[in-house]
Amino acid sequence: MKSLSSASPREAAANLAILALLILGPWAALSAGHPFYVTLATKAAILALAATGLHLALGLGGLVSFGHAAFFGLGGYAAGILAAHAGSGEALILGWAGSREILTMILAAMGLALLAALPIGAISLRTSGVYFLMITLAFAQMIYYFALSWPAYGGDDGLSFRRGIFPGLNSARPLPYFWICLGALLIGLALFQILRASRFGTALEATRQNPQRVEALGIEPFGLRLTAFALSAMMVGAAGALFANLNRFASPSMLSWQMSGELIVLILLGGRGRLLGPTAGAVLFVAMEHVLGGWTERWQFFLGLAVLGVAVFARGGLLGLIAGGRRDG
Amino acid sequence: MSGISPLSFALLLEQLLNGLQLGVMLFLMAAGLTLIFGVMGVINLAHGSLYMIGAFACAAVAAATGSYWLGLGAALAAAAAAGALIEATILRRLYGRDHLEQVLATFALILIISEGTRWIFGGFPLFLDVPPLLQGAAPLPGGGAYPVYRLAIIGVGAAAALGLHLLISRTRLGMRIRAGESDREMIGALGVEIGRLYTLVFALGAALAGLAGGMIGALQSVQVGMGEPMLILAFVVIVIGGIGSIWGALVGAVLVGVVDTMGRFLLPKAFALAWPPSEASAMGAAVASLLIYLLMAVILALRPQGLFGAASR
Amino acid sequence: MNSRFASSAAALGAFGLALATSPAALQAAPLKVGMITTLSGAGAGLGVDARDAFALALKRADNPEVTLIVEDDAQKPELAVQIADKMIQSDGVDVLTGIIWSNLAMAVAPNAVDQGIFYLSVNAGPSALAGANCHENYFNVAYQNDNFHEAMGQYAARTYANTLIMAPNYPAGLDALTGFKRYYTGELAGEIHTQVGQSDYAAEIAQIRASGADSVFFFLPGGMGIAFLKQYAQSGVEIPLIGPGFSFSQDVLPAVGDAALGVRNSASWAPDLDNEASRAFVEAFKAEYGRLPSIYAAQAWDTANLLLSAQAKADVKDPEAFRAALKEADFASVRGKFGFNTNNHPIQDIYVREVVKLDDGTLTNRIVETAFTDHGDAYAEACKLP
Repeated sequence: MKSLSSASPREAAANLAILALLILGPWAALSAGHPFYVTLATKAAILALAATGLHLALGLGGLVSFGHAAFFGLGGYAAGILAAHAGSGEALILGWAGSREILTMILAAMGLALLAALPIGAISLRTSGVYFLMITLAFAQMIYYFALSWPAYGGDDGLSFRRGIFPGLNSARPLPYFWICLGALLIGLALFQILRASRFGTALEATRQNPQRVEALGIEPFGLRLTAFALSAMMVGAAGALFANLNRFASPSMLSWQMSGELIVLILLGGRGRLLGPTAGAVLFVAMEHVLGGWTERWQFFLGLAVLGVAVFARGGLLGLIAGGRRDG
Repeated sequence: MSGISPLSFALLLEQLLNGLQLGVMLFLMAAGLTLIFGVMGVINLAHGSLYMIGAFACAAVAAATGSYWLGLGAALAAAAAAGALIEATILRRLYGRDHLEQVLATFALILIISEGTRWIFGGFPLFLDVPPLLQGAAPLPGGGAYPVYRLAIIGVGAAAALGLHLLISRTRLGMRIRAGESDREMIGALGVEIGRLYTLVFALGAALAGLAGGMIGALQSVQVGMGEPMLILAFVVIVIGGIGSIWGALVGAVLVGVVDTMGRFLLPKAFALAWPPSEASAMGAAVASLLIYLLMAVILALRPQGLFGAASR
Repeated sequence: MNSRFASSAAALGAFGLALATSPAALQAAPLKVGMITTLSGAGAGLGVDARDAFALALKRADNPEVTLIVEDDAQKPELAVQIADKMIQSDGVDVLTGIIWSNLAMAVAPNAVDQGIFYLSVNAGPSALAGANCHENYFNVAYQNDNFHEAMGQYAARTYANTLIMAPNYPAGLDALTGFKRYYTGELAGEIHTQVGQSDYAAEIAQIRASGADSVFFFLPGGMGIAFLKQYAQSGVEIPLIGPGFSFSQDVLPAVGDAALGVRNSASWAPDLDNEASRAFVEAFKAEYGRLPSIYAAQAWDTANLLLSAQAKADVKDPEAFRAALKEADFASVRGKFGFNTNNHPIQDIYVREVVKLDDGTLTNRIVETAFTDHGDAYAEACKLP
C-alpha cells in the first residue's frame, strides 16, 4: 500500500502548478481586462472546497456518499436565509434577525450541515457499499423535495439576496471575494492534510482498508466514520454558503442529485486519494464547462465524452495522469 | 366547500390499480438494474437513458410507419442494441474496478446520450399516442372506469415478471446468470464465455428499460431528461427490495408504486381534517413527495441489506 | 427542420453574431444584447423558439449597431447567474434578455439591474418583480405570471359553476391558482397540488373523476402538461379542461396531439391574430424555420423589436433617455396594442383561444373571444416607480 501522505516529485510539481494557476490566473485575467475569469476561478475554488470536503468521507473513509448536495444546499440556504432576514429585519430565532457577515453565514452553514449530517450519517452508516450510496441519495432527495415545496424561502424560485460582507475586504467586488474563497479553500486543504496525518486519519484509513483489524484493535469504526461524515458535511456546507454568496442566490438545484454526482465527478476527474485531486478536478471541470459552453450549445455532449475518457483511460484522474501511478484512496 | 371527493370503493380501487401500474413500470426498470448489478456488479446510472432511448425509438418509428406496435418493437431493439453497445465498448473495461469509476463513466453516458438524443431529434418533445386497440376506458366494479392501456401495462409487466422468473429458473442462460451472481470466477472456470453472457444480460436489462420507455411514451411526454426521475425511483426500488434480487425488485416496485400513489391521494385528505383545504392540499403534496424516500430510509435503517437482499454485499 | 435548426444554431453559435451589412441607422449608437436562454435539456424547445425569433427579428432589421450574443443556461439558475456575470463583466452587454423560467429570472434579473444593466423579459413574470420590488431597468415584454390564469378565471366565472383547480406545488403553481381565484366567482370543486416534474397523473385524474366538477382548470407547464393531457384523454373522464396557453403552445401541441383538440386556453397572442405585424411575423418565422411560432417566439420577436425601437431613439449609454424610449413601447407588436404599465409590465389584451386542427393536420390555436382588454396586473399598485 502506498502511503497517502507522501507526494511524488511530479505530483508536487503538479500541485504547485495548480495552486499557481488558481492564485495567479485571476490576477492576470484582471490585468488583461477579463474580470469574468475571476468569477470563474472563484467558482472553481468553491467547488474545490466542496469536493475536498466530500473527499474527507469518500477518499479517507471510503464512504461513497451520493447525497452530499444536501449539505451543499443546506449551506447555501443557511447563507441565504441569514441574508434575507438581515435584509428584511424580520426576526429569525429568539429575536435575532440574521446576519450579513459572510463568516457568520459560514458558521451557520457548518452548524446546519452538522445538524443534518449526524442523523443522516447515523442511519446511513448502518449500511455500506451501494446501499450507503443510495440511502444518502434518498436523504438528499428528501431535503430537495422539501426545499422545492416549502414556500417560506422561495421554493422552486430560490432565494435571491445581496452578497454578504467581510471584515476588511469589499466582498461585492470579484477579486476580493475570490481571495475570501481561495482562503477558505486553502484552510480546507490544510485541514484535510492535518486530519489525514493525524491518528484519527490513520485509523479512518485503516477502517477503510481493513475494518476487521481495526475492530480487533478495539476501535469502533462507526464512531470514526460518523465523525468523518460530519466533518465532511461541514466543509461541504461551508462551500455551499460561499457558492450561494457568489451567485447571490440559493436554490433547490444546489440540493439536486446531479449536484451530488458532480461533486463525485470532480474528485475522480482530478484524482482520488491525492490532496489536490478534488481541486484539480474542479479547475478542470469549470474550465471545460466554460470552454465547451462558449464553443457549442452541445457542450454537455462533449463534456460527457471528456469525463468518459477519464473514467475509462485515466484511472487516476488528471493528477494520476501527470504523476503516474494510481492511488487507492 | 367539501373535501375533494368522498372516499368510495370505486375511487380506492382505481387508486390501487394506479399504484400497481406505477409499480409495474418501476419493476421493468428495476429488474434490469438489479440484474446488471447482480451479475456484473455494475451500477448503471445510464439505465434511465436506455428508457429514454426506448421512448424515442417507439415515437419515431410509430410516427414514420403509423404503427405503435412496430414502434414498440423498435423500442425493444434500440434499447437492447444501445445496451449491448455500451457494454461491449465501455462498461467491459470497468468490471472489477471500483463502483466509483462506474458511477463516473455512466454519469458521463447520461450527458452524452441526453445531448446526443436532442441533437438527433431536436429540442421539442415527440408525439406518441396509445394504439387504437387499447384506446379508452373499461368499467370497474363499483361504477368507476379505468384506462384500457394502463390495464395492458399491468398485464405486460406481470408477463415480464413471469417471463424473467422462468428465464432465470428454467433456462441455461438463467443458470449461468445465477452462477454469475453467486461466483463470478466460477462460471469462467466452467468454460462459459463470460463476455457474451455479460453482453446478453446487459442487453436484456436494457430491453426491459426500453419496453418500459416505449409503453410510457404513449402516456407521457417523450422528451430528453425523462429517464432520470425514473432512474432515481428504480434505485429506491432495488435498494428497498435488496440489490440483485429480482423478487425483491418486484416487491419493492409494487410497494413504492402503491405508497407513492396512495400518499399523493390520501395525505391531502388527511391534512384537510385539521387545515383549510388549500393549505392541506399543499402540505399533503409536500409530504407525499418525500414519502417513498422516507420509506426507503426506514427500511434500510431496520434492514440495511433491503427486504430480500443477501446479508453481505 | 433539424438540419435547418442545426445550421442556424451553428451560425449563431455562442460567440455572437454581428449583424453587419447595410449602412442603415447612421446616428444610432451601438447596442450590445446578451441573451441567456435554455438551449439544452428538457426545456430547450422554449428557449430555441425565443432565440430563433429574436435572432430573426434582428436579422430582418439589418441594423449593424445591434449585436447579439447567445448562451445556454441549461435551465440551471446557477449557470444563468454565471453567464450573466460573464456577459456583464467581460462582454460588456448593455441589455440582458432571453430567460424563460421564473426561477432563473429571479436569480438573474435583480442582480443584473442592480449593476445598471437593462433586463427585458421575454417570458417569465414572477410576482416578486412586479410589485414593491419592481425596478426601473426591468421591463417585462411578456406578461405578469398571473395574467393568463386571471383570464381563465374570468372565463370560468362566466362559463362554469363548479371548477376544480390543479397546479404543481411550487411558487409559479401557487401563483397560478391565486390568479385564477382572483377572477373566478363560482364554487371550487377542489384544489389539487401536484409535484414538480410529476409525470403520472392517474391519481389526480381519479380524483377529478370522483369530484363532480363541471370543469378542470390546470396549470402544468412543459412535459407535465403533455403527460396530463395524454392521460386525461385515455381516462374516459369527460369533464372539460381549461388552462393557460402554456400547455397548448406551438412547441407542445405536436407532442400532445388530438388530446388537446377543442380545449379553451388563454394567451396574449395566437398565430391567427388579425394584425399586420402578426401576419408578417408568422410568415417570416415559417419561411425561415419551417414551423409555426409559439407564444415564446412571439414575445421574443416583440422584445427584439422593442429594443430596436428604443435603440433608434436613444443611446443606451444614456440610461434616462433609453429607459424613456423603452417605456414608449413604440413598435409594431404582434399582439396589436401593447403598452407598459407603471411597473414596466405589459398592458395588453388577453384572449381565450381554442385548439383547432388546420387542413394540413397541424394543430394550432384560434382566438375565440377577448377575456380582458388593456389588462395590467394586480401588483402594479405596490410598485413605486416614478
